[in-house]
Amino acid sequence: MVQLRLPKNSRITTGKTWPKPEGATNVRKVQIYRWNPDDGQNPRVDTYFVDMDNCGPMVLDALIKIKNEIDPTLTFRRSCREGICGSCAMNIDGINTLACIYGMDEVKGDVKIYPLPHMPVVKDLIPDLTHFYAQHASIMPWLETKTNTPAKEWKQSIEDREKLDGLYECVMCACCSTACPSYWWNGDKYLGPAALLHAYRWIIDSRDEATPERLDDLEDPFKLYRCHTIMNCAKTCPKGLNPAKAISEIKRMMVNRAV
Amino acid sequence: MRFLTDRKRAEGKGAAHSGTEHHWYMIVSSVGLALIVPTFLYIFGSALGGSHTDVIETFSHPGVAILTGLVLFVGLQHFQKGAQTMIEDYTQGSTRKILIICVIALSYGMTATGLFALGKIAF
Repeated sequence: MVQLRLPKNSRITTGKTWPKPEGATNVRKVQIYRWNPDDGQNPRVDTYFVDMDNCGPMVLDALIKIKNEIDPTLTFRRSCREGICGSCAMNIDGINTLACIYGMDEVKGDVKIYPLPHMPVVKDLIPDLTHFYAQHASIMPWLETKTNTPAKEWKQSIEDREKLDGLYECVMCACCSTACPSYWWNGDKYLGPAALLHAYRWIIDSRDEATPERLDDLEDPFKLYRCHTIMNCAKTCPKGLNPAKAISEIKRMMVNRAV
Repeated sequence: MRFLTDRKRAEGKGAAHSGTEHHWYMIVSSVGLALIVPTFLYIFGSALGGSHTDVIETFSHPGVAILTGLVLFVGLQHFQKGAQTMIEDYTQGSTRKILIICVIALSYGMTATGLFALGKIAF
């Protein structure tokens, strides 16, 4: 049955409050989820104060400042710092987003930062995305062809290429899947918005010749039909994509081939 | 502890190759119910408060009897499939299977009871 409370060893406690920077006038309070698998303690929320006059504008800038100047044990993923790699996905002010493209000024009041929800935590703000990536791999995210490879290239019209707009931009940050209640409840079987958006990206690619096999692999009450059009995925996507629309297009294709 | 690869764990037992029928039925029955339920409620509401003879006469009418039968059958089939989805969302394992069986039994039981009562009124 559904579990309404976190297990005892997962309940979040109040953590350490770090001192305010001396002489700073423009200070933001940042509360960050901390958990270390090695110390055997419950997760906690530490409080930091960041001098915004000496900090970049984005949440990632504040995190890097905290790690460099206040607490070097703070752990998080980051790489490109421009919304392309998807590494710094986390829950900021209740919204799953990328820390590198989310401004500190977009948050009213204290800045609360947690790891992506409902995923196993590796440490602090780092979720374990192993299953998420395996689900992505399971939809065969590559061009499948049966025709002999052409001498020069697989051709695609401008119109067919345009069908991939709004799909190819996905950076696999997992913000959408971890915002989806269906994925929380049945993440072991339900592929989730990100994997399904990618599945649709390959299904409608005019060069791909494995549409029947791809649809066969998706036709399942859990893999695909757990999507109840809750739309959290579209609301939270930091890239402004609409995975729910892609999923509904797959459902439409399923109905069209059955009816 | 099972030493499964991540990919094997993600793929599980593969696709069931079903679900589209369920999805399509829910869409079609939703549209159907959106039409017949208001009509039924209007007729039911009109008959409400009337004498026993008036009510029997209303539901003896072939059109009303068929409409009532459709509301019962389509409505409870819709309920059954919707409740099954809800159970699949919130429960797992044997609890899930037992609850789904209960919902199917409840739906067919209520349909049969309703149709029997309707038959007694209509004929």
